[in-house]
Amino acid sequence: MDGLYIHIPFCTRKCNYCDFFSVPARSDALLAYVALLKKHLSWAVEQGWQGPVNTIYFGGGTPSLLPPQCIDTLLCAIDRQLGIVPEAEITLEANPETVTKASLCGYQKSGVNRISIGLQTLNSEQLACLGRPHTVQDGLNAVAWARRAGFSNLSVDLMFALPGQTLPALDRDLEQYLQLAPEHLSCYGLTAEVGTSLGKKVDKGQVILPSDECYAEYYMSIHDLLTAHGYQHYEIANYARKSHVCRHNMGYWQRRSYLGLGAGAHSFENRLGGCRWAVPNNLDHYRMALETGQEPAVCLESFTLREALVETIYLGLRTAEGLSDRELDMKFGTDLASAFPVAVQSLLPWLTKEGDRWYLTPRGWLLYDRLIQAFF
Amino acid sequence: MDQSHIRNFSIIAHIDHGKSTLADRLLEKTGALTERERTDQFLDKMDLERERGITIKAQAVRLPYRAANGENYIFNLIDTPGHVDFSYEVSRSLAACEGALLVVDASQGVEAQTLANVYLAIDQNLEVVPVLNKIDLPSADPEAVRAEIENIIGLDASEAVAASAKMGIGIGDILETVIDKIPPPAGERNAPLQALIFDSWYDPYQGVITLVRVKAGVIRKGERIRLMATGRSYEVQKLGAFAPHPLELPELAAGEVGFVIANIKVVQDAKVGDTITHDKHGAEKPLPGFQVVKPMVFSGLYPVDTGDYEDLRDAMEKLRLNDSAFSFEPENSMALGFGFRCGFLGLLHMEIIQERLEREFGVDLITTAPTVVYRVTTVKGELIEVDSANKLPDVQYIDTIREPYILASIHVPNDFVGGVLALCEEKRGVQREIKYLTANRVMVVYELPLNEIVLDFYDRLKTLSRGYASLDYEYLDYRPSQLVRLNILINGDPVDALSLIVHRDKAQYRGRELAAKMKEFIPRQQFEVAIQAAIGGKVVARETVKALRKDVTAKCYGGDITRKRKLLEKQKEGKKRMKQVGNIELPQEAFLAILKVKENK
Repeated sequence: MDGLYIHIPFCTRKCNYCDFFSVPARSDALLAYVALLKKHLSWAVEQGWQGPVNTIYFGGGTPSLLPPQCIDTLLCAIDRQLGIVPEAEITLEANPETVTKASLCGYQKSGVNRISIGLQTLNSEQLACLGRPHTVQDGLNAVAWARRAGFSNLSVDLMFALPGQTLPALDRDLEQYLQLAPEHLSCYGLTAEVGTSLGKKVDKGQVILPSDECYAEYYMSIHDLLTAHGYQHYEIANYARKSHVCRHNMGYWQRRSYLGLGAGAHSFENRLGGCRWAVPNNLDHYRMALETGQEPAVCLESFTLREALVETIYLGLRTAEGLSDRELDMKFGTDLASAFPVAVQSLLPWLTKEGDRWYLTPRGWLLYDRLIQAFF
Repeated sequence: MDQSHIRNFSIIAHIDHGKSTLADRLLEKTGALTERERTDQFLDKMDLERERGITIKAQAVRLPYRAANGENYIFNLIDTPGHVDFSYEVSRSLAACEGALLVVDASQGVEAQTLANVYLAIDQNLEVVPVLNKIDLPSADPEAVRAEIENIIGLDASEAVAASAKMGIGIGDILETVIDKIPPPAGERNAPLQALIFDSWYDPYQGVITLVRVKAGVIRKGERIRLMATGRSYEVQKLGAFAPHPLELPELAAGEVGFVIANIKVVQDAKVGDTITHDKHGAEKPLPGFQVVKPMVFSGLYPVDTGDYEDLRDAMEKLRLNDSAFSFEPENSMALGFGFRCGFLGLLHMEIIQERLEREFGVDLITTAPTVVYRVTTVKGELIEVDSANKLPDVQYIDTIREPYILASIHVPNDFVGGVLALCEEKRGVQREIKYLTANRVMVVYELPLNEIVLDFYDRLKTLSRGYASLDYEYLDYRPSQLVRLNILINGDPVDALSLIVHRDKAQYRGRELAAKMKEFIPRQQFEVAIQAAIGGKVVARETVKALRKDVTAKCYGGDITRKRKLLEKQKEGKKRMKQVGNIELPQEAFLAILKVKENK
């Protein structure tokens, strides 16, 4: 296996746009959960998952609610049972309000070498509107402390297309972000997910999100500015300085195997067509399964070769490197244009070929959900 | 059974006035249905009929009844549909009867369709027995409705039975009144056989089943019979009656109603209205038949998935077996590919066929806007019948176009007369008559072009009268008219399936409105979509569906790839119901957008 994902489904409070699985954090619950993760790890090893791992990603939820000792124990256990390659990328997602100078130093010492800080925006009004529990100052502190703790691979989240956001406001936000000189940025447009508190407000007309035209304009404006500053737009929503592309996330797009530990975590095993599992979003179920020695994950889908080809395209076209005809031929015995002549034809204004690689332009990425359906 | 103890009758009622419920009560009261079989509305066999609460095909049920005088009777209850599209089936059913129960909702009064059917019954010398239904409703006003029946129809309603089919009130009275008022059938038992076919349908196991009323003579199992229209002869394999389950009988004699199965292979051979007689010593003359029904409304039906063409044809052939009023022939559209031009009795008939094709046969359909049959005289003097806008010759070849007119009678409460008149005027109507039936109820009679009716007339009539207006119409004649073809262009290319024939005075307005409506129905696509309406070469309206600017949700946390991808797969599945025209995807509604165009003067 290539990657290891560890899900920490705890949050101090739920942000009003979030539809991911999380529960309120209590310290005893956190410690009990870490014990379960270790059990889960042992179980997975018994089932035949093999290391060493190239990338580890603590995602959430809010992984930075775990004290550094917990991260340390987990990394030790992983190294002991699976092995961690020396140059591994080990990422921890951190929310500004949960970190201190000391905790960041602790994470660094435990072996975490990439930190992803959930800034979202440096505009205090809009931050409040998102219902984030941190302030702009919390965010700036977190970044400064992380640098001081020695993190030389730092990622920040930027959210755009916020209610009432104007292009100049976004530009100001970006200017401030650039001053932090992050190695990596994840830029997400705010979407009103069904069932979230934001979703309900948008339905009722209490909150108005920028139009699709604005979204497109903001998206391209971010693209233009960040690429001008030497960032590579390497995936729909991700930018990085050279050699700081997130290897763990690239693993998802390239269909490499990963093991997911924790309630709500997903795993993927890429032999033959591939197979994907998920642990249900339920802490009680998770505990019961592990305590009674049952597989906590359920199989979501296993792929035929044809389905694997479609998913390879689906995921590959999210990235700037796109799809290589040679690799498609090696894996599936076909190239893109012969397997999908009609789809390729209909996507031509947005789909480009350079050398042996096909990829979508940034304008194409804006229509990704629509365009990609041509291959289904 | 001797004739004096037989009663053949139907029930005439407006939709919702309780005919099916009453029929069920009669079945129950006479013991024809067991407790277990009392699903609601037994006579409405098809699911669709039950859902829409309307009866589509006629049926005949034999009910044994022991009367108050202690004697045993046989009742044949012949069911009739209540919708204007199916009035031809009503007259067929009535031909098998000596009487009819006129069921009127005691809170609503007489409706246009009821009136039309009562006149059919009176024309055929039937004894009409009024029944005031729903007398249990607080709003019931039996005396007013009694007066209405006397004033409007001219029937003596003093002895009208007060009933509530729903509550089971007055059912016994109705049965006794049938014996007292409706005459027993006449007809010589010893005369040569004459049996009138008033319904026939195809059954996959038995072949064609015919419903007959024996007018003279006797028909027995095993006899050789001849269908007088085709001259073909058959052997009677089974005969009997529906009670309501099939009950085999040794014979059916003059005055009786029942089914005959005679190894007839196709339903077209057992034409409704034909006469059955004996192959040898048969009757000299057939009974007077019925007018052949002709489809009045045409539209194109196309499979969304071109691969379903064969399935669609098979499904249509099956439907036509039992519905001689439905016709179809292959048609080819540049935009939609291979499909069929279909003929229907009216809009309801069209909807029902379309729904049955989709529901029972699982074929997704595109339906094009309904049209009527135009008669075009070319400059060379040829006469062409045009049932599709695309078959209309170019202007320079046309001498005159004539369009069908109907005579529409609308019954409406006083308050809504203004609205109805405005609607009829807007629809190019010519007023014939306005008559106060009672102080509060008005009959409005208009001559109207059928092409206006097939668009949205009925819906608008219902809306403006809050459901109180009722409509009946009969075919009148063809009249010369200034008609033009309105073309719709999508990104510059005319889409043949969207063309319409409209009156010149309305063409521009309709074009504008139609383009605007289409814009609402066509979802944003990767490309800009230009919708234009054109008369001849002249563009009269243009709308633009702007290109999709953004369709992406970027988040993909923790490797949860399956959920998101499946969501998109589902979206794609939903799009398969759209029709690809060039590189544009058109939803089904876009092809019927004309029906949604509101007209305001």
